[in-house]
Amino acid sequence: MIGIERRYPFLKKIIRDSPFDQTEIVLLAEDSSLTRFTHSTIHQHVAERNATLILRVISNKRIVVLTTNLLTPASIENLFERALSIAKIQPPNEEFLSLPQKKSFPQVKTYYEGIDYLTPRRKVEILRKLFLKVKDKGLHASGSFSNGVVELLVLNSLGVEAYQKYSDLVFHLIVHDQESSGYASFVSRNPSSFNIESLAQEAIDRVRRIPEVTIEPGEYEVILEPYAVAELLSFLGYLGFHALALQEKRSFFCNRFGEKMVDERVTIYDDGLEEEGLPIPFDFEGVPKKRVVFFESGMARDVTYDSFTAGREGKESTGHALMAPNTEGPVPINLFMKGGTSSLEEMIRSVRRGIYVTRFHYTNVVEPMKAVLTGMTRDGTFLIEEGEIKKPIKNLRFTESALRALSRVKAISKERRLCSEGTVYSRRFITGVVAPAIHVDGFYFSGASKL
Amino acid sequence: MKNLIENILDLAKLKRVDYADIRLVKRQNEEIGIKNGKVEAFAQEEDSGFGIRVLFQGAWGFACSSKINKKEMESVFGKALKIARASSRAVQRKVFLEDTKPKLDSFSTPILVDPFRVSPERKVDLLLRSEALLRSKPKVKISEAFMGSYKTEKIFASTEGSYIEQRIIECGAGISATAIEASEVQVRSYPNSFRGNFATRGYEWIEDLELERHAERVAEEAVALLYAKPCPSKVTTLILDSSQLALQIHESIGHPIEMDRVLGTETSYAGTSFIQPEMVGNFQYGSEIIHVVADATYPGGLGTFGYDDEGIEAQRVPIISNGILVNLLTSRETAHLLGKKSNGTMRADGWNRIPLIRMTNINLEPGNWTLEEIIGDTKEGLFLSTNRSWSIDDKRINFQFGTEIGWEIRNGKLGDMVKNPTYTGITPRFWRSCDAIANRDYWQMWGTPNCGKGEPGQVAHVGHGAAPARFRNVQVGVMK
Repeated sequence: MIGIERRYPFLKKIIRDSPFDQTEIVLLAEDSSLTRFTHSTIHQHVAERNATLILRVISNKRIVVLTTNLLTPASIENLFERALSIAKIQPPNEEFLSLPQKKSFPQVKTYYEGIDYLTPRRKVEILRKLFLKVKDKGLHASGSFSNGVVELLVLNSLGVEAYQKYSDLVFHLIVHDQESSGYASFVSRNPSSFNIESLAQEAIDRVRRIPEVTIEPGEYEVILEPYAVAELLSFLGYLGFHALALQEKRSFFCNRFGEKMVDERVTIYDDGLEEEGLPIPFDFEGVPKKRVVFFESGMARDVTYDSFTAGREGKESTGHALMAPNTEGPVPINLFMKGGTSSLEEMIRSVRRGIYVTRFHYTNVVEPMKAVLTGMTRDGTFLIEEGEIKKPIKNLRFTESALRALSRVKAISKERRLCSEGTVYSRRFITGVVAPAIHVDGFYFSGASKL
Repeated sequence: MKNLIENILDLAKLKRVDYADIRLVKRQNEEIGIKNGKVEAFAQEEDSGFGIRVLFQGAWGFACSSKINKKEMESVFGKALKIARASSRAVQRKVFLEDTKPKLDSFSTPILVDPFRVSPERKVDLLLRSEALLRSKPKVKISEAFMGSYKTEKIFASTEGSYIEQRIIECGAGISATAIEASEVQVRSYPNSFRGNFATRGYEWIEDLELERHAERVAEEAVALLYAKPCPSKVTTLILDSSQLALQIHESIGHPIEMDRVLGTETSYAGTSFIQPEMVGNFQYGSEIIHVVADATYPGGLGTFGYDDEGIEAQRVPIISNGILVNLLTSRETAHLLGKKSNGTMRADGWNRIPLIRMTNINLEPGNWTLEEIIGDTKEGLFLSTNRSWSIDDKRINFQFGTEIGWEIRNGKLGDMVKNPTYTGITPRFWRSCDAIANRDYWQMWGTPNCGKGEPGQVAHVGHGAAPARFRNVQVGVMK
């Protein structure tokens, strides 16, 4: 265990002795492991232990952020000296109001001891079981298997004291032969709910083992699996669901609250406490997470705030601050889309001719105000004819507005799935999106992947 | 420090591992962001630790820690060995490392002015002055300036006897103006989008960028784009400026030629490649005027270093010659599959990541034209500049890019400005359609400081040299 709680007295003393108007310390520690495999052989198996301290100080509305993983008293003392000299040379940021005050946050279970049983040997045993299962089917497995324990401590000079321990397990699996591939993934804070047999079967069932056909680009009815829907929702969150984008007038929500922007069956929200997702009870400023609804039955409703963006409008933070220094804004990281009434099978049966998309790859923004995105399909794109998945097709490029797609929803699945890229750049803090599958009346594919 | 390192390498030999290496890395970063007249972020970061890579019975193990002391290093070595031992039970092909001569050396990127010795006042002042000029146009609603300085000090040592110390300093800066009117948002940047241009140079690089001199034009173009005509949708002739061409090289040449992608070890995240090893030596990647080199020695390139993180010396190697694919980016573990030696491209994003095959400076060699001659020789087409968005499939075949700005070309002259330009294509078809490249006077190095790959994620700093070039029969205006 990492045990950052034992640093409490030391860090509290630092804050008490701080010469600044306001002081905040965030300590993020991780103990993690990641195993990658391709063609049913392990080629990478790594482990990491690290702890990072982020010091944010405010002096006459001048803000400085210093980060270190050298956690000795001398090193931290040096941080304060540097912060003093940097603060002096800045003009004040008059829009800054204050760091948040102390608030209580609900107790949420985010750590499961079973994570500690995933030793290198046990992980390899799980993977060997997987390799044997796919070999029996004449297939190969590629993917990654990652597990970690993260501890987050937030303290500030206004009395905020928030500590939480997290566990997570993320498994991405691509099962493939020479002609096609199938994908399935698992993410949870609770490793006991992980079952490699069922995950492998799910990916195997998607492999069609017949050559892919090329179809002409154009507009098609589509069934988007939760993985693909989650990607669209993440981009909406980044582009428009937060206060900074709105305040800078670059959000698609500008002047549209109260307006029906998407289909009335669409409700999208952020909730750090809902157990179906990856619960996070407070943000990186120690503010408890509030549920924020972005689209309610198709109507544009609200955005997320951190203390800076809330202070600008005289509002309260909704608990969506990210790690400082954050220039992206309070981007929501616990997105949910409400499920519908259909089963996936019913949705497929209702399509006369259309395309079934498992997931997207390398999506990017084309026009932010219209939420026009482009990206490729990957690991399971199929032609649906007369209500049945008929054949695999070569990956397609889509260029489509996520908002337009959500305004053309014909059906939403009852079942939802927690999806996560699980990708960790720099510091581990896994986030996820809970999404259903959706049936969209028209979705534009602008090209195909064909040499 | 040397004693601590030797202790681990001795331990590794005692445990009869096939091979082990240790890297100690210390990094120092400073990033300053100005937005709308305010210091949005002034952040400094320091980070240090070590990582140990162990090869045991043909399988890799890696463990790392931020605590640098004898006890922790021995514990981490034990963990790396345990991981390798466990992984060896599920390895179908044992790792083979090519022989290499041990190196004892040190390397520093040459700089004139250490950016970490320049006062914060001077940096903030330069950015505030440049950013203020962007606000001279009222329709510019978001004005930004950025500066980043990065220092990496690292030691590499292996059981084969290598001991290499390196110090790499990088910096860069940029400005951008976002003009907004009603639901229209348009951005212009200088010298490049996404924070600017970066190099392994000192503060002299920042000053040479002359941010203030370009601010007014950047603001004017952002506003003008609000009223520009939309990019037409058609198949036409395309001329790319060198900054956009740099990203085109990055995505559609740099990534597909990474041998780990070719072999499938990036399948689960970044993807694979349409390239197969047997295509080396005979695949027509581009037209005959396409010459691409991987050059880790180019002075100032963001992908410039002395040795890679396997202790292989930096090299300049041809990748595409006369349009033919002649080599890939390789490592000690993969080069032998091509019958070649490693070309030294294994780099790790800090102490807590394993080295992966990464681009160095992937440069398109200059041609013989002037840009004016290329435009003058084009009857009808588009000239596009400065990247705004990018996307490419997992095999690197189908790409789509958007740029900040474009101009129509009619009868050999630049015409009306167009907004929201996009273009799409198929990698080899696109490169084969290149029929003109501007000469060395127009050739420039561009630093890409945000190349993502690997799990856990790694960000590499890489470079691309390019001059403007012309491509025929390209689909532009990719909207419904």
